[in-house]
Amino acid sequence: MTLGLGREALDALRRDRTAVVCLLVLGLLVLATLAGPALLDYREDEIDWSHMAAPPFEAPGHWLGTDRLGRDLLVRTLHGLRISLAIALAATLVSLVIGVAWGALAGFRRGRTDAWMMRFVDVLYSLPQVFFVIILTVVFGRGPFTILVAIGAFGWLTMARIVRGQALALRDREFIDAAIVGGASTARILARHVVPNLLGPVIVYATLTLPQVILVESFLSFLGIGIQEPLASLGNLVADGAAELETAPWMLAVPAACLMLVVFCFNFLGDSLRDALDPRDR
Amino acid sequence: MRLARAAATVLQPDGAMRYKCRRMTTLAFVLRRLLGAIPTLVLVIALSFMLTRLAPGGPFDEEQALPPEIRANLEAAYGLDESAVVQFGRYLRGLLHGDFGPSFKFRDFTVGELIADGLPVSLGLGAGAMLLALGFGIPAGVLAALSRRGLADRLVMAFAIAGISIPVFVVAPLLTLVFALWLRWLPVAGWFPGRPSDIVLPIVALALPVIAFVARLTRGSLLEVLRAPWIRAARARGLAERAVILRHALPAALLPVVSYAGPAAAAVLAGSLVVETYFGLPGMGRHLVQGALNRDYTLVMGMVIVYAALMIAFNLLADLAYAALDPRIRREHVQ
Repeated sequence: MTLGLGREALDALRRDRTAVVCLLVLGLLVLATLAGPALLDYREDEIDWSHMAAPPFEAPGHWLGTDRLGRDLLVRTLHGLRISLAIALAATLVSLVIGVAWGALAGFRRGRTDAWMMRFVDVLYSLPQVFFVIILTVVFGRGPFTILVAIGAFGWLTMARIVRGQALALRDREFIDAAIVGGASTARILARHVVPNLLGPVIVYATLTLPQVILVESFLSFLGIGIQEPLASLGNLVADGAAELETAPWMLAVPAACLMLVVFCFNFLGDSLRDALDPRDR
Repeated sequence: MRLARAAATVLQPDGAMRYKCRRMTTLAFVLRRLLGAIPTLVLVIALSFMLTRLAPGGPFDEEQALPPEIRANLEAAYGLDESAVVQFGRYLRGLLHGDFGPSFKFRDFTVGELIADGLPVSLGLGAGAMLLALGFGIPAGVLAALSRRGLADRLVMAFAIAGISIPVFVVAPLLTLVFALWLRWLPVAGWFPGRPSDIVLPIVALALPVIAFVARLTRGSLLEVLRAPWIRAARARGLAERAVILRHALPAALLPVVSYAGPAAAAVLAGSLVVETYFGLPGMGRHLVQGALNRDYTLVMGMVIVYAALMIAFNLLADLAYAALDPRIRREHVQ
């Protein structure tokens, strides 16, 4: 059943030309972040004393110019993108695992268990999340791991709600009853019968979570409480660029364009996936 | 005849009762929500208190280590030498009296004073951005829905997609570049009392992403509502198109927008951290960021508590607006 849905969704996605373009762009960007820095002439923290704050295409080897310390902007942006994407993937994975397990169990057990588990989610939901993420980064020091924990701590809430709703609906289906009658354990029913059947919405929501996480990470890094120099992230590159707006506008343009491209592509892809996987909207 | 019946309804004990009953239930609704907000607020306070105590390193860690006697005196002066439970109790007692405690880094100020300084700026900024977002977003969405697949629709939708992908911290520098550095219409940054032009760019930067989202939401929901049978009924009764849209379709179409108002307020508050830092406005957001960088526990906690209270209040307002717009919920209140 999952396979059939998957193939149908793939077909629908293939017909959506913008979605294909977005997927291609994202694939190329990921490839560039992995292979790019090795192919280019400069390292991300290497200072070129003879070309400081050089505009794009003027200094040899610096395709997109350098920052005010003479570091190659293309290499730094690729590195920043790599860190931003890695954090986004990891945080999304964390929220996916917790959210799916939590939601599936709550929806499957129903009744009092469900009420308590979802009450917990409601309480966390009512907290001002961004501010707690800031407190967490203060508490655990600034760095990639803290950001991951801070974002992961709240990221799973919506996933749990979505999965719980789906699991509640699945609970009344005959094949679940059949599995219970067959003597399967709760863990087995969840893993083999419930979770595979809610992969569709999970994939869609995970795709839409990625750009959110990228934005939160960049937001923290922009404020100076995220990724710290000399590490690059899209957020602190944008912050650097914003400070040199008048003298070196490319320093803002390159990372900002990269950030917007990635966020836009993920958002668009998520929307297309939702259209493809959700038969109700068709 | 009609007048007589209306008078009879009002004069009837039953009718009067019902009227009173509705007023009471709205009040009861507000009270219940306010009471429900107390546990949330206590949780916010307890969690932020616990987390800040967990932090390695304290507010008196300077470049140069303080002599132990001075350090002990300082900690005693701020009450940091007592157990966490005692500290929490004292903090709560202070809060009930409106006392947020002293700031650890701004030595001459209490957190309450810093909040009183920053709150008007932040509130003005946030309120301006929300008004701008609704004032432009809703008409843009209506315009797009009415010219479906036309030029206005495409423009609004392109803007909406751009607005969702472009974060505030990119919008703010771009606006500065165009309107302050190139056109020289507005100041780059800064805050001088009595210079209203200072707050124009911050408000616009904060509002743009929200405008985009509101426009997209309004368009989608208006298109959906316009397909409803009761809209066809309104048209069949021969109402002018203008009346159909403004009186019948729009109130129903605004429901999703109102339920988005809560998340929108959260987004505006978070964005105001960026905007205040970037444009150098003396609001609460800048204090929060600075406090976080300085490990100024009391300052950070005070700011988070105020932000949480603001969000709770705003969600309550949004719920009230929702009830006022949706006749189904209104009826539930009466019963």
